[in-house]
Amino acid sequence: MEERHVLTDLRPGQAARVTALDPRGELTARLAELGFLPGTRVVCVARAPLGDPTAYLVRGAVIALRGRDAAGVETGPGEEAGRG
Amino acid sequence: MAEAGRPVVALVGNPNVGKSTLFNAATGLRQHTGNWAGVTVSAARGTARRGGREFTLIDLPGTYALSARSPEEEVTRAFLAGGGADVTAVVCDAACLERGLILFYQVRELTGRAVVCVSMLDEAARRGISVDLEELSRALGAPVMGGGRGAEELLDAAAEAALGPPLPLLPPAGAAEQAAAAERAARRAVRTRGDPGAPDRRLDRVLTGRYTALPCLALLLLGVLWLTAVGANVPSQWLSALFARGEAALSALLAALSAPEWLRGALAEGAFRVLGWVVSVMLPPMAIFFPLFALLEELGYLPRVAFVADRAVQGCRACGKQALTMCMGLGCNAVGVTGCRIIDSPRERLLAVLTNSLMPCNGRFPAMIAVFTLCFAGRGGALAAAAAVAGVIALGAGLTFLLCRLLSATVLRGVPSAFTLELPPYRRPRVGQVVVRSVLDRTLHVLARAAAVAAPAGLLLWALAHVEAGGVTLLSALAGALDPLGRLLGMDGALLAAFLLGWPANEIVLPIALMIYLSGGSLTEWDSLAGLGQVLADNGWTWLTAVCMAVFSLAHWPCATTCLTIYRETGRLRWTLLAMALPTAAGGLLCAGIAAAARLAGLA
Repeated sequence: MEERHVLTDLRPGQAARVTALDPRGELTARLAELGFLPGTRVVCVARAPLGDPTAYLVRGAVIALRGRDAAGVETGPGEEAGRG
Repeated sequence: MAEAGRPVVALVGNPNVGKSTLFNAATGLRQHTGNWAGVTVSAARGTARRGGREFTLIDLPGTYALSARSPEEEVTRAFLAGGGADVTAVVCDAACLERGLILFYQVRELTGRAVVCVSMLDEAARRGISVDLEELSRALGAPVMGGGRGAEELLDAAAEAALGPPLPLLPPAGAAEQAAAAERAARRAVRTRGDPGAPDRRLDRVLTGRYTALPCLALLLLGVLWLTAVGANVPSQWLSALFARGEAALSALLAALSAPEWLRGALAEGAFRVLGWVVSVMLPPMAIFFPLFALLEELGYLPRVAFVADRAVQGCRACGKQALTMCMGLGCNAVGVTGCRIIDSPRERLLAVLTNSLMPCNGRFPAMIAVFTLCFAGRGGALAAAAAVAGVIALGAGLTFLLCRLLSATVLRGVPSAFTLELPPYRRPRVGQVVVRSVLDRTLHVLARAAAVAAPAGLLLWALAHVEAGGVTLLSALAGALDPLGRLLGMDGALLAAFLLGWPANEIVLPIALMIYLSGGSLTEWDSLAGLGQVLADNGWTWLTAVCMAVFSLAHWPCATTCLTIYRETGRLRWTLLAMALPTAAGGLLCAGIAAAARLAGLA
C-alpha cells in the first residue's frame, strides 16, 4: 500500500501535487476556492517562527494555513521545489 | 439599476488587489462609505465623470469567492445576483492573475456584463511578469484593460459594455472547472521571466524568519511609537497655543456680549478648553501614527504580523488576525474595534472586540511617558521611560491573551475556527496617496467623534469644579469620596475621579487629576515636566502611584468613543458592558495586588 502524504509533511523548499481534499474538513470548500485542487502543484514556502502556521505557494499566491487545516490536504510525495 | 441615466459600475475582486485605489482614483472625494444593513460590511459608493457622462461606482468588499460563506461574499453575491450593477468590473492583481480570474468566472455566472481590470501591472513587470491584455481579452471573451493608468479606460469600457447586449450567463460550474478555465486563460496571457516570488522570499527570510521575526516586529513597533511621540510634540504645542488664543478670543467675545460670568466660564474654560485639549493632544499623534500604520499595511507587512503571531494567539483560542487588530488598537481602540471586521468567525471577532482596549492607545501614551519620565528622572531618563512603556504594552498583550483564553473557556466557549491568511507580495507604497487617505478616512473620523464627546464633557467638568455643596466643590467631594478606594488601588481619590471623568477621552485624565490637586477649577496644562513633578510630589505621589496609574490606565473601561464603537459593532449592550467590566476588573485586581504587595514588603 502506498504511503499517505499530506500538506503538513512538506518542509519549506519542498513541493508536491495535491491529490485529494478531506471532505470533512471545515475549510475544504474555501481551500478549493483558493486553488488547492487535485493536480495543483503546491510549494511550501515558509514556516512561522513558532512552528505554525505554514505558508504555501499555490497558483501564484502565498497562503498561510494552520497545521490542523493543512493536514486535510492529501498530496503526492514531496520533492525539492527548485525554483518557483 | 441605472440611477437617472447613470450606469452603475460595481468593483469586485480578491482582497488587496488595488480595488479601492482604483475606486479612489475614479471618484476622488465624491464618495461615501456606508454599512450594509444587518451585517458589519461596508461598501463605498461614489460618482465618477468621464467624457461628459456620470457613473455611479460601488466598491464592493474584497472576496475570494461568491459562495456566501462570509458576510462579504453574501453581500457581494446578493448585490450582483439582484442586478444591482449595470456593469461589473473584476479587478485582478497582475502578479496573481490566475486566482483573480477564478472570481471572474464566478461573476460571469451572475451577470452578462463583466469587464476585467488588471491592476499593478508595473509592480508585476518589476518582478518579471508580463500580461498580454489583448490575448487575455480573447481568452475570456470580455473587455480587459490595465488598471495602472487611472480609471479612464475602465469607465470607457464600462460605458461601452453598458450599451451593448449582455452576454449569456455561464452555466454554474464547480470550483475545479472554474480553476481550470482560469488556469487556461492565464496561461495564454501571462509570460514570466525568472522567479517572481524571489524578492518576497528574501524579505520574508528576515521579517518572518525564525530568529529575526520577533525582534523585527518589536523594532518596527517601537520605531512607529517613537516617531509618533517625538513628531507629535511640536505640532501639539502649536495647536494648544492656537486654542489658547481662540479661548481668549471667545472669552472676550462673550464679555463684549455682556454674557454672565458663569456662562463665560462654562463655555470658554469648560467646553472650549477641553475640546481644544483633546484636539491638540489627539490630532498630531493620530496624524502621524495612522499614516505610518497605513504604509506598513500597503507594504504588505501586516499579514506577516498575523503569520508570525498566530501560534501564540491560537493558544488562547482566538484568530490569528487578532494580532492585527491589536496593533491597530495601539493607534486608537475605536479603530481597532472596527478593524475586527476582518475576523470571519463571530466568536473570535467578539474576543478581539472585547479585549482590544487592553492595547494602550495614543491617548494614553503621553501621560504614561510623562509619569515614567518623572519616575526615572536621573535614573536612565527617556530610555528607561520608553522601556517602561514597552513593558506596559507587553503587559497589555499578556492580559489580552489571558482574557481571551478565559473567555474561550466560559462565555465564548469554542475552539479556533479554521482560517486562511494570504501573504500578499510586498509592494512599494505610494506614500502621498496613503497619507492623504489615512488622514481623511481614519484620523478625521476618529477626531470628529472624540470632539463630539469632548465639548459636553468640558461643560460637565466645569460645573463639577464650580458648583459647591457645603463649602467644597462637587469635584473635590467626589475625589474625597473615592479616596479610600483609590488608596486601595495604589492611587488616590483624585486620580480615580480623573479616570471616571476622563471617560470621554483618555487624554484628559492626567489634566483632570492636576486640576483637582491644584483646585484650579479648569483644565491645567503642565508647562514643564519639572513643574508637573513638583505638583505630584506635593500630593503624595510615589513610584507606587506612578506604576498603579500606568497599570490602571492600561486596563480600565474603554473611552466613550470606543464604547460607542463596541456597541455599534456588536449591537448588544451586554457585550459593551462586558468590554468595560473585563479590563476594569483586571486592572483593579492588578493594582490592588501591586499596592498590597508593595506595602507588605515595606516598599511604599
